[in-house]
Amino acid sequence: MDILSLFIIVPIITILVLVFTKNLKQARVVSMLGSVVQLVMAINLVFAYFNERVVNDNIMVFTKDVVWFEHFNIHYNIGVDGISVALLLLTAIVVLAGIFISWKMYDLPKEFFMSLIVLSVGVYGFFISIDLFTMFVFFEIAVIPMYLLIGIWGSGPKEYSAMKLTLMLMGASAILLVGILGIYFNSNADGGALTFNILEIAQVNIPYEAQKLFFPLTFIGFAVIGALFPFHTWSPDGHASAPTAVSMLHAGVLMKLGGYGVFRVAMYLLPLGAIDWSWVFIILSVIGVVYGAFSAIRQTDLKYINAYSSVSHLGLVLFALLMLNKTAWNGAILQSLSHGFMTALFFALIGMIYERTHTRDISKLGGLLKVIPFISVIYVIAGLASLGLPGFSGFVAEMNIFVGAFQQKDTFMRVATIFSISVIVITAVYILRVVGIMLMGPVKNEAFLKLKKVTWYERFGILLLLIPIVGIGVAPLWLSDMILESLDPFIKGLL
Amino acid sequence: MDFSSFLLMRHEIILLAIILLLVVAEVSIANNKKNSIVHLAIFLFGIHTIIGFLKMNYGNLFGGMFHTNELIQFFKNILNIGVLILLLQSGDWIEEKILQQQRGTEFFILIFSSLLGVYFMISAGDFVMFYLGLELSTLPLAALAAYDITKRLSSESGIKLILSAALASGASLFGISLLYATTGSIYFAEISEAITANNLTILGFVFFFAGLGFKISLVPFHFWTADVYEGAPVSIATYLSVISKGAAVFILMILLFTVLKPLMAIWENIIYVIAIITMFVGNLFALRQQNMKRFLAFSSIAQAGFILLGLITGNQLGSATVVYFVLIYVFSNLAAFGVVQAISLQTGKENMKDYEGLYRTNPNLSLVMMLALFSLAGIPPLAGFFGKFFLFTAAASKGYYLLVFLAVVNVTISLYYYLLVVRAMFLRKNENAIPYFKSKIYMRLGLLITAVGILFIGLYSPLYNYIHELSKSFFN
Repeated sequence: MDILSLFIIVPIITILVLVFTKNLKQARVVSMLGSVVQLVMAINLVFAYFNERVVNDNIMVFTKDVVWFEHFNIHYNIGVDGISVALLLLTAIVVLAGIFISWKMYDLPKEFFMSLIVLSVGVYGFFISIDLFTMFVFFEIAVIPMYLLIGIWGSGPKEYSAMKLTLMLMGASAILLVGILGIYFNSNADGGALTFNILEIAQVNIPYEAQKLFFPLTFIGFAVIGALFPFHTWSPDGHASAPTAVSMLHAGVLMKLGGYGVFRVAMYLLPLGAIDWSWVFIILSVIGVVYGAFSAIRQTDLKYINAYSSVSHLGLVLFALLMLNKTAWNGAILQSLSHGFMTALFFALIGMIYERTHTRDISKLGGLLKVIPFISVIYVIAGLASLGLPGFSGFVAEMNIFVGAFQQKDTFMRVATIFSISVIVITAVYILRVVGIMLMGPVKNEAFLKLKKVTWYERFGILLLLIPIVGIGVAPLWLSDMILESLDPFIKGLL
Repeated sequence: MDFSSFLLMRHEIILLAIILLLVVAEVSIANNKKNSIVHLAIFLFGIHTIIGFLKMNYGNLFGGMFHTNELIQFFKNILNIGVLILLLQSGDWIEEKILQQQRGTEFFILIFSSLLGVYFMISAGDFVMFYLGLELSTLPLAALAAYDITKRLSSESGIKLILSAALASGASLFGISLLYATTGSIYFAEISEAITANNLTILGFVFFFAGLGFKISLVPFHFWTADVYEGAPVSIATYLSVISKGAAVFILMILLFTVLKPLMAIWENIIYVIAIITMFVGNLFALRQQNMKRFLAFSSIAQAGFILLGLITGNQLGSATVVYFVLIYVFSNLAAFGVVQAISLQTGKENMKDYEGLYRTNPNLSLVMMLALFSLAGIPPLAGFFGKFFLFTAAASKGYYLLVFLAVVNVTISLYYYLLVVRAMFLRKNENAIPYFKSKIYMRLGLLITAVGILFIGLYSPLYNYIHELSKSFFN
């Protein structure tokens, strides 16, 4: 069995075992074991990747190619480059942390963990696919469990949020389908056979007219899940209603599919379209960046603050991708990773705070630093990482993005860059505002004095997420090396 | 002509033999032992289904009136499997409700006769055989729709079906006669050579198409669908939406792709427009339905609209994807109707509201229903996704990107109402949820087969390859 297919097979085995579990205890242990195996595999993959890179300079390594539907030339074709390896590691960590955080999921535990792991199958499969069809299949597999996860285990207006989220994301994937078919039927432009293989299509000169037509479809299809303004509206509601682990997975991992898909499919395969259309999407992503940050300032619900902050941060990812140079792209991938860990950490902490105080309204909270110091300190750290303090992952990412963005010389790009840089200040405002109101000051409620201690599994989940945030912040070079060398094929299409 | 050439009609002969056997059984089995008829019928039909897969010869009979080939045999087998699952799912209903009224055997005889008609229809080599098959397949259905004699709605649906079916057959026959007038033949092979696009043939085609459109319940020939489905017993609604529709799609495909191919420039446009309105009307009307049978009726109208995306291509890729889609549709729809049948039989409830909280009391039924609905909505890795994706690919291969775009918009709309049912079953909590019950073995077997089919048909690619090869040999 090859090293990558295991990323799909192990979770499927986990799901099959879960079918036979009887109660919460069994279910959580099984899912934890499955996810630990995944994490070990992901770490192993990083080392294996570095070793393989020395001897193998193909675009994708560890490839495996099995013909699936021969008449459509659909293959089960998998492989990884530096970008996907990094994102696989992110996924493995966030999933395991999510399972620790849902250690006490009393309502239908088996079904909860099964849906969660189905979602992770979709994400793993998406990141390792080279074939557009397979990629699309995994994309939809990742989205649909969200409906049940939010709808059954969520809170607040969960039915509304779940429906809105599912319809918007599936609607986007429907548009994406048209884009993919458009790419597929132009993949023989140079006289070859029709193919779904991304690497082969990238070699083909797809006609300019087709690129211009299908780029926006493909871009929007992916970017909706990456919270592109004005298609981001599913995200705040969805995050707010979802249970903790689902918010973590969703903001931490699922939204990364957007950026990755935009990069790997829309921009890589349709570079002329990307150049043509970039101004539209730059405007939209800058609006998203600034608008998300300003909205976060005005929210009082912790989850909404974090959700809008995600819109802003991921807007930055799309913005960086559209800057069309390697430094900015490197920043975009790093930002994806950094935001993945950070926002998952935030949602975990918010879940823990909510479980103890039964409110997410910051005006009702206060002085938490005195009563739950562990959670509060980590919250501050996550906040500092989010506003881009040097020493944390956020700084490395944003530094790369803005340095890359300033390499673009024309006025329009400059203005857009300046607008998006302003977000650094606004982020500081909404992070520090929350820290000030919620953590500092006197304890607002007598009941807060008797909050329960942080349990071992919660600590474990938190630490899992904290380590990479600090790790990337302190020693980013190995990661950006891994990413940078994978960016070469992408830039070739644009030259 | 020697006797062995009759073996080309193996499906038809065996089914006829089963019908006659059942007549004998009816008179020879005592009234208090009539439930053995149910077992007998299902057993015999099971054997028939298996025999259907054995290798056989292909060719023409009766001077080309009847012809058969590998694709047709395969399609008959799909229908057989569908009917077998349908019988499994309705076995309990017949034992519990119908046998007391002494009408168990007739049910099987009628349904088999209708299937016999379907066989003749898809094997037809000329318009006379086609018309005979069409009538034979429709008339027993009117009797079956009115089978629930204790319900007024059932009789009403029987009347509605027979009246509108008669009108549709009339239109079809008129169209055929016009085609005969212009081409001077009723044989498919001769018509395809003689036909040219003049006003009279186009008029004939339109009438003919309207008649078949009625059976497939394309908009605007769909008005009978919801009412009839609602009133008819669940088994019959299932038969109408799965078997009857599937067969009509198949014969329409054969006619369009071979006999009427010279008119392609005309029917392309007609199908383009009808596909769009069928999808939109089916989906938009399904949004507000509360009764599960009406809901599935509109859902199946919308699915018919999707099928047209494959038909519009007029090529072999289109035919392969259509047959593949119909195969998957048979399984998905049978699963959905099966759950409706099980619940309706046990509790008499058929409204979406009654399904609230179902997962907590009947998890397995809810799971099957969810699989079925997700498959109909086209969610991977379930079979429905592959069916839809390939249909859209076929349409896109001809450059119909706008049509595909409208279709995916409709997929999203349809997802909304499929999720409404999932919401009722999984998300809602209900004090008065339908209590736990265990269906009998037939029903469980039927649902199991469909669930397995939904899960694995799509992933198992050799099946598609096989269909692709079959349609290649047929249409090239």
